[in-house]
Amino acid sequence: MKEITYLEAIHEALDEALSNDEKVYLLGEDIGVYGGGFGATKGLLEKYGAGRIRSTPISESAITGVAVGSAMTGMRPIMELQFSDFVTIAMDQLVNQAAKIHYMYGGSTKVPLVMRTAAGSGTGAAAQHSQSLENWLAHVPGLKVVQPSCAYDAKGLLHAAVEDNNPVMFYEHKLLYPLKEEVPESKFLIPLGVAAVKRAGSDLTIVATGIMVHKAIAAAEILAQSGIEAEIIDPRTLVPLDEDTILRSVAKTRRLLVVTEAVKRSGFGGEIAAVVAESDLSMQLLAPIMRLGGKAIPIPCQQDLEYAAVPQIEDIVKSAMKQMDAFKGGLV
Amino acid sequence: MFTYDRVLNKCKKGRVEMKLANEAGFSNNDFIEMYRKMWQIRIFEETLEQLYKNGEIHGTMHLCTGQEATAAGSAGLLRKQDWITSTHRNHGHSIAKGTSIEAMLAEILGKKTGTNQGKGGSMHIADPDHGHLGSNGIVGAGFPIAAGAALTAQMNGTDQVVICYSGDGATNEGSFHEAMNLASLWHLPVIYFVENNQYGMSTATADSMNIRHISQRSQSYGIEGITIDGNDLIEVINTTFRAIQKAQSGGGPTLIEAMTYRYCGHSKSDQRLYRKKTEEQWWQDNFDPIKRTKKTLLEHGILTKEECAQIPLVVQTEIKAAVVKVRKDPKPDLTDLETQVYAE
Ligand SMILES: Cc1ncc(C[n+]2csc(CCOP(=O)(O)OP(=O)(O)O)c2C)c(N)n1
Ligand SMILES: [Mg+2]
Repeated sequence: MKEITYLEAIHEALDEALSNDEKVYLLGEDIGVYGGGFGATKGLLEKYGAGRIRSTPISESAITGVAVGSAMTGMRPIMELQFSDFVTIAMDQLVNQAAKIHYMYGGSTKVPLVMRTAAGSGTGAAAQHSQSLENWLAHVPGLKVVQPSCAYDAKGLLHAAVEDNNPVMFYEHKLLYPLKEEVPESKFLIPLGVAAVKRAGSDLTIVATGIMVHKAIAAAEILAQSGIEAEIIDPRTLVPLDEDTILRSVAKTRRLLVVTEAVKRSGFGGEIAAVVAESDLSMQLLAPIMRLGGKAIPIPCQQDLEYAAVPQIEDIVKSAMKQMDAFKGGLV
Repeated sequence: MFTYDRVLNKCKKGRVEMKLANEAGFSNNDFIEMYRKMWQIRIFEETLEQLYKNGEIHGTMHLCTGQEATAAGSAGLLRKQDWITSTHRNHGHSIAKGTSIEAMLAEILGKKTGTNQGKGGSMHIADPDHGHLGSNGIVGAGFPIAAGAALTAQMNGTDQVVICYSGDGATNEGSFHEAMNLASLWHLPVIYFVENNQYGMSTATADSMNIRHISQRSQSYGIEGITIDGNDLIEVINTTFRAIQKAQSGGGPTLIEAMTYRYCGHSKSDQRLYRKKTEEQWWQDNFDPIKRTKKTLLEHGILTKEECAQIPLVVQTEIKAAVVKVRKDPKPDLTDLETQVYAE
């Protein structure tokens, strides 16, 4: 194992996928000499040539459509959308084409593609380059949605995404790119649909996605000082969602706080909350389920505003405390 | 505004006189086979019309009656391993590419035995085993998908080609322009075959674009564009054949604009208030692709009058038999509802 960054982990997985399977190829804007929007494809052009590292015109609809058409005919494209916000322009090909083809064509065709994209706020890129729209695609049957929170997961999940025979949406968070941890040097797979318990605890379950996993862990350390042990669950993939791991944790803690960066309203946090609310556990909860998510505003540019737009460590601590206080001395 | 005859005359003047001994090297039998395909398409559509009237079809459908030459003369040239992508108006392309008429009928009648196991219906006929990558309900979505399939052929070093069918209206979508540019840039073996049937739903081409020929649009992307008489089977064959050869020899895409006309309404709800009955009649009297092909085949002694009369009768009998058979086929089971959302 070697300590590498999240970005390097993605790069490594791409490199290994390209060298393992000649049907794998990359396409996207500026993925050649430039190395892709955030550098994930650096050096791959030199290694694999322009035939497999296909830098494209600025044409998100065509990039996605080409990925779909080539996937239908036997290739395994990995496309890069520079910013996840641009999914609006690729949307028809993802939602009406990639997601539906297998079912609509009676199972006769597969669309094994990976859409990699950089998401999230915190870089001052403002409203059109900072969103977390993964919930849009999680809503669409036929797509899988992956949201790795650390380098290890990024590598293992990307390999699993490439080997999956379905369109997989792979959300990378921009602020996670420089984060380092130990990652196996050779190829390994983390199956899609298996959540990770990122911290064990018995008092309260915090289900957090993407970058919020890190904030939740930091919050848990603070909570621990007051004797509150939070269990942190990272679903890692929104679709398929590992409901069992979430339910198992809540069965133990009987408290649930869900944290996403994406706007809370109509967000995926509601889905996770509903998994518990609709289960038998809902009658045994010690506190109402709580959700934290982005405010219902476009992401602003100015640093203080941007910071306040999405959940932060102190928000998680506060909500967790509230959870612990709920029904104190009342129901049990 | 109705300008087809002007357009037609103009493009006819520009082209070399086609001989029946055409560039694709067709034998007499090949021509007869194409003629039969045109009848299959015509009678298939007429049969659907009847089945719809009987209340046997759930959902809408878009018939291509009048557009038989564009389908037969282009998809009919492809080999099984070549690919097509098609549109909501796909029945002609599907039949011409070799998809089973019986399986199409079954699909449209909502049977488990259909091309898409009853999950697609008329608008989504797909048959990858015959190189039919699928028909699309989203106008313009096929342009980049076809480019993607062509990229597969190019990357694998095969000589497969892709024909991407679309209507005139679809070329106003952004995806058309993005895909044209990319296909040209990468010299992809794809043929963009636009059936200009004068209307996108109710909107005449003159009301949706400020150019005379859709083929002109190719100029912006550095690819060859050509406008042809889409109701002249021989012209369709020759133009498509040349485009296929070009694609196979690394010459990249071609944009073919084939002038044609749909006899029916856009879909089942169209009362055709945007055009005159006299216009429809004019097309049927003067430019019907089947009548014109028949005339050519008779003139060249490829078929006798009797043989000509025989072909539609045989096709009619075959399709009737298919209807009788397919009606008895099973519907999809409710256990099929949630299968095939994800591939294994
Ligand atoms: C993206 C999209 N916009 C609109 C429609 C509705 N629609 C279906 S077919 C059609 C007309 C298409 O015209 P054209 O491309 O000329 O094809 P034609 O029907 O004439 O064969 C329209 C507007 C659609 N299905 N998809
Ligand atoms: Mg049209």
